[in-house]
Amino acid sequence: MNEKTEKLIDKKGIRLDGRKADELRPVKLEVGVLPNADGSAYIEHGKNKILVGVFGPREVHPKHLSRPDRMVIRCRYHMAPFSVPERKSPAPSRREVELGKVIKESLEPALFTELYPRTGLDVFIEVLQADGGTRCASITAAALAIADSGIPMRDLVVACAAGKVEDTVVVDLYDAEDKLGAADVPVAYMPNLNAVTLLQMDGTLSPDEFEKAVSMAMDGCKKIYALQKEALKTKYMNVKEEIKEENEE
Amino acid sequence: MPTFFETKQLVTPGELLAEGEYQAGENTYLEGGKIFASRIGLADCDNKRVNVVALRAFYVPKVGDIVIGAVKEVGFNGWTIDIKAPYEAMLRASDVLSRPFKPQNDELSQVLDAGDLIVAKIASYDRAHDPQLTVGEPGLGKITRGQIMRVTPTKIPRVIGRKGSMISMIKEGTNCQIILGLNGVILVTGKNPDDEELAMTAIKKIEQESHTTGLTDRITQLLKEEKAKREENKVE
Repeated sequence: MNEKTEKLIDKKGIRLDGRKADELRPVKLEVGVLPNADGSAYIEHGKNKILVGVFGPREVHPKHLSRPDRMVIRCRYHMAPFSVPERKSPAPSRREVELGKVIKESLEPALFTELYPRTGLDVFIEVLQADGGTRCASITAAALAIADSGIPMRDLVVACAAGKVEDTVVVDLYDAEDKLGAADVPVAYMPNLNAVTLLQMDGTLSPDEFEKAVSMAMDGCKKIYALQKEALKTKYMNVKEEIKEENEE
Repeated sequence: MPTFFETKQLVTPGELLAEGEYQAGENTYLEGGKIFASRIGLADCDNKRVNVVALRAFYVPKVGDIVIGAVKEVGFNGWTIDIKAPYEAMLRASDVLSRPFKPQNDELSQVLDAGDLIVAKIASYDRAHDPQLTVGEPGLGKITRGQIMRVTPTKIPRVIGRKGSMISMIKEGTNCQIILGLNGVILVTGKNPDDEELAMTAIKKIEQESHTTGLTDRITQLLKEEKAKREENKVE
């Protein structure tokens, strides 16, 4: 693009999709959506729609991938051919393999892998619709799916990005901002332990801007964390409420 | 030395439960003097020991546990059994046959074939070795009749009830024999499929509502209502 027809942020500080700089997109989370998987979760983060299924811990095949001292985690991040405006080849691309690895590594610190030696945990992430920030949304949903499957965790992992568009640091970039903006900083984080498990950056930021971006992303994480906990509890609270209603009748 | 939860409160992984002179019990972990939950479940404190009763978990083998499994594969000198755990279990031919086992003389698939279900006890298991099963005790061995169902392993104690109250109530109410595998697999054997169906409905209800109060009363009622319905049908 040689000339931008529209500015990403207007004079009042409102972004193209109508959000303020520190405002997240609406997030909807659901747990236990796939009866065939051991654990599952679904996330709608703005226009992102992602489904995660978890299997395990179970025996690892091929056997040589198993480790005698810990559980191995395998993570497949995959985008559906219809998830983006131009058809995406269903074969795993370089980017998808890398994201799978990055997501795996951001989930690993939350798990007690040493408790279940010689086993494997498979995490399958299907992006049904993508609109920027899918790696963060995937991590949020994957952590929920793992918790849903009954695997012990140190904490839920939440992720949220921040970045720079039009010289302003903003939180939770969507597709257009990601592509036209100056920088993108995804952060995955365990709020109760105050531990960061993923920190990436593409683009350029000054040290001050970087610090601001990280702290904004972490604030975003905390907001999503509350929704995450809520979603996990909802599955069981519904049963409780139904019984209450039955008793009142 | 505070705790940060009410008894029977629903907690999620990573939730801070207690600080100070408490012990980390089931489904919790200790880090930096603080106790956190590691699974979703109901928190409670028993004599300075903080526990979480998990609402969902998988089975981890323990020596001495009675489990129900399916034969996955017939091997050269034994069977591989799927016991719905992270590890495959082994059952040795010499354990099943009362005489010395010779591969030349015995065809293992005639004793147990792939797909057969067995009740077995875990004979040995540790971090480095897959579990070994044994069927050399009364009540163990191949399952010939009845129906199988699965619940989350952590809910087996709830199905048993306090001193076996819940399970004996279902057994009496439905005239069924029930064997609870600690791996979450349950065998229900009754005189007719209807009885088995009723017992299974009751157990399913316990699984779904295990985290609520007054469950025993609701199960009693369920059994009573279903029985009354059946009597009506008989009269007609």
